[in-house]
Amino acid sequence: MKNILKYTFALLAIGFVSCEPEFDSPVTDDGFYSSGTANLSKYVSVGNSLTAGYADGALYITGQKNSYPNIMAQQFAFAGGGEFYQPLMSDNLGGLLLSGNQITENRFVLAVGPNGNPGPVRLAGTPTTDITNHLPSTYNNMGVPGAKSFHLVAPGYGNVAGVPTGAANPYFARFASSESATVLGDAVAQNPTFFSLWIGNNDILSYATSGGSGVDQTGNFDPSTYGSNDITDPNVFALVYSQQVDALTGNSAKGVLINIPEVTSIPYFTTVPTNAIPLDAATAGALNAQFGAYNTQILPGLAGMGVISPEEAALRMINFSAGQNFPIMTDDDLTDITAILQGPPFSLPAPLAILLGQLRQVKSDDLIVLTASSVLGTTPDPNNPQGVIGVSIPLSDQYVLAVSEQARITAASTAYNATIEALAGAKGLAYVDAKTALARVANGGIPYDGGVLTSQFVTGGAFSLDGVHPTPRGYAYTANLIIKAINETYDATIPMVHIGNYGTVTVTNN
Amino acid sequence: MKKVLVLAVFALASAVTYAGGYRVSLQGNKSLAMGHTGVAVINSSELVFFNPAGLVYLDDKFNVTAGMHGVFSNIAYQDTETGANAQTDSPMGTPFYLYASYKATDWMAFGLGVYTPYGSSVEYEKDWAGSHLVNNIDLKAIYIQPTVSFKINDKLSFGGGPIYVTGSVNFNRNLNRTLTDLEGNRANVTIDATGVTSWGWVASTMFNPTDKLHIGATYRSEIMLDAEEGDATFENIPNSPLTPFENTGIKASMPLPAELTVGMSYDFCESWTVAFDFNRTFWDVYESLDIDFVNEDIPDSKNARNYKNASIYRFGMQYDATKMFTLRAGYYFDESPVREGYFAPETPRNDSNNFTAGLTVNLGEHLQIDASFLYSHFKEIDASYNYYFENGVAVPFSGTYKTNAFVPGLGLTYKL
Repeated sequence: MKNILKYTFALLAIGFVSCEPEFDSPVTDDGFYSSGTANLSKYVSVGNSLTAGYADGALYITGQKNSYPNIMAQQFAFAGGGEFYQPLMSDNLGGLLLSGNQITENRFVLAVGPNGNPGPVRLAGTPTTDITNHLPSTYNNMGVPGAKSFHLVAPGYGNVAGVPTGAANPYFARFASSESATVLGDAVAQNPTFFSLWIGNNDILSYATSGGSGVDQTGNFDPSTYGSNDITDPNVFALVYSQQVDALTGNSAKGVLINIPEVTSIPYFTTVPTNAIPLDAATAGALNAQFGAYNTQILPGLAGMGVISPEEAALRMINFSAGQNFPIMTDDDLTDITAILQGPPFSLPAPLAILLGQLRQVKSDDLIVLTASSVLGTTPDPNNPQGVIGVSIPLSDQYVLAVSEQARITAASTAYNATIEALAGAKGLAYVDAKTALARVANGGIPYDGGVLTSQFVTGGAFSLDGVHPTPRGYAYTANLIIKAINETYDATIPMVHIGNYGTVTVTNN
Repeated sequence: MKKVLVLAVFALASAVTYAGGYRVSLQGNKSLAMGHTGVAVINSSELVFFNPAGLVYLDDKFNVTAGMHGVFSNIAYQDTETGANAQTDSPMGTPFYLYASYKATDWMAFGLGVYTPYGSSVEYEKDWAGSHLVNNIDLKAIYIQPTVSFKINDKLSFGGGPIYVTGSVNFNRNLNRTLTDLEGNRANVTIDATGVTSWGWVASTMFNPTDKLHIGATYRSEIMLDAEEGDATFENIPNSPLTPFENTGIKASMPLPAELTVGMSYDFCESWTVAFDFNRTFWDVYESLDIDFVNEDIPDSKNARNYKNASIYRFGMQYDATKMFTLRAGYYFDESPVREGYFAPETPRNDSNNFTAGLTVNLGEHLQIDASFLYSHFKEIDASYNYYFENGVAVPFSGTYKTNAFVPGLGLTYKL
């Protein structure tokens, strides 16, 4: 009897030890998903802030974990992908220190203000990521916030000594392999079997976010002479970009190239309306009276003298009415008439001449940047309640991306994108038209399993609180676009993600 | 905008759920070994549960039986669209029973039963793909049931009694698919209620057309467990007026459905018995699980369940092999009460085929060791739960499930 009991219980024990339920075809089995003709075992991502996972005006851990390369790498893992390492920051505040002094701001969070309205504020706290604390390892994610196309091949871009002068990048300084290393060199040195390259955004973006305050360097082939807000010459872009693609494909690696979206797709340029100034009829009438002489005498007079064209005279006319009005602004693309106005026949006093020097009203096809929302309608001089920005004080040029400036951006980005697409075709690489995809988010949005992803600032779900960089959900959408292109190009079946599983803006009060 | 955000954070928040099909049919090792038949089997004081009316036909003056089962249940989940996958790592469930019967006279018997017919213990990997529906759940209900039985004659008897239930539940899920604190930790809520009590009743009859053929019927009433003083504990909530979650009390009700069993058994060739039971569980009372947070700033949680009544078909066989050994085997088919589109991951129950076996070892005149084993086989199933909402939009949670359960059990019977 003892034996029978023993055998019975041995049998029972075998039963419940081997009891894990098995699917007919488990997703975790090799071969369930395929990388097709690509080899995903060593994936390296190269790019700028978008690749790094920058969001909410800073780089921080949870943002990095939701970078599109990291999301992709998790999905690659189903199809032979290897480990993916990122140069994680030290905290979720996001600011950088240089020898203990804070050199970049903390991230934005969505906080409810004293009036009960939520809005972006910088998260309080002392950050702990000191760029002098060099990371000795190598990282799959070679996304460097702030990098322009030519920076990726610039030796010394990761030299911490160059950070204070702007010659080097504080983010790259954290993990550059040496003082003279290049981003591209450090990427290629990892012998990637697969890469992604998304670069060129900053070659137009800093010009755009600065309201076109930089210079369009088209025609200038020496990037070492460029200012930080300038537009990169398309030939320079083409040269360094093809150099990068050549280097990354050198090891017969496959990869994916991503093009440059339009600035008009991002809330930084679409949130503040162009006619943001509400006026009643009396105020509008009084203002019109003040600008009467400018409209009816000065502008026609200058046009008659041939100082400005009749078109410019028409462009510069100021007109207010009851309701929503376009603010007045300074446009440095206009002829500067300050000096002329101080001479005969106008002989205006200097302050008035300076006010009118490059004055016009914002037009409906201009773009007012997000940061203007904190100055428009304010009275900078508390002793002068009449001095209202946008009404009696022109909005500075840095807050407005004028039509003329937009045209320069479009010209440059169109040229960059032609280069990217042509290279993808020539090299047989996957190509992602992020420009079209992002325009779709901005125009109508992308339905997903919990709503519609749009570019609406704060609530749309796609863009973080800096108005430029995506949220985790926006990055997940990006990752899906790229995976789709990889699957199509390389005959792969890498699974996508549910973007509804990825968060949007972070709410927290300081 | 604030309002929109509160909704965004939160209208989705609510899919607190109990197990689907949280009936645990493990009310005796002898019966379980025979496919959990027993409404018409005169065997032991397990009849306190299966059919109190039958107690008057026991030969023993006094019969007490007690035992326990170890429930090793496993759920695997995968979503081929995204590659998401998870395995439960549930703690062993330990349903138990204790029955005693006493034949006061030839025509009257008393019984007392303590048993655990409802319960669930499921533990997923924290923050798995369905964590907005459940991370883990532990549901327990203990029935305490005194009975009295009367013999009308050798062919007919009746029995019944009140049931006192004490229950508890502990349940954790993430608030939604995305909310985290500043460090990225998922916001979650734990619902805890213990010492929830209620009353019900049981009534049964047994009819013996011949001394070989027995027919029985038992009805156990629905019992509503009303938790009046539960707790909700929120964790990893961002510091923001937009996420006004703070620890509070809860009220919730959950039904333990009524169950009707009819069946028969037949003794043949001296040492053989066959039994057939039919269960009907009246799950349709489980329409929705609603949790009322005492703090009015926290919207109440409403979770559609919409269960349907379900049947179980049971077959069992017993063979008195020797004086020492009685061998048993059985099979039952268990219909799921879960309708299509309501397949929630706390207990992903589709129809199951169940195989049982067991034996009794007689150690002398008075003492028996009862052992049983159950294997529950569920087919792989593609299913979804379509009643989780984000901002008023239904967000189905779908995937492929594969479930099984292995349940060894051991008990003792003492008779005089």
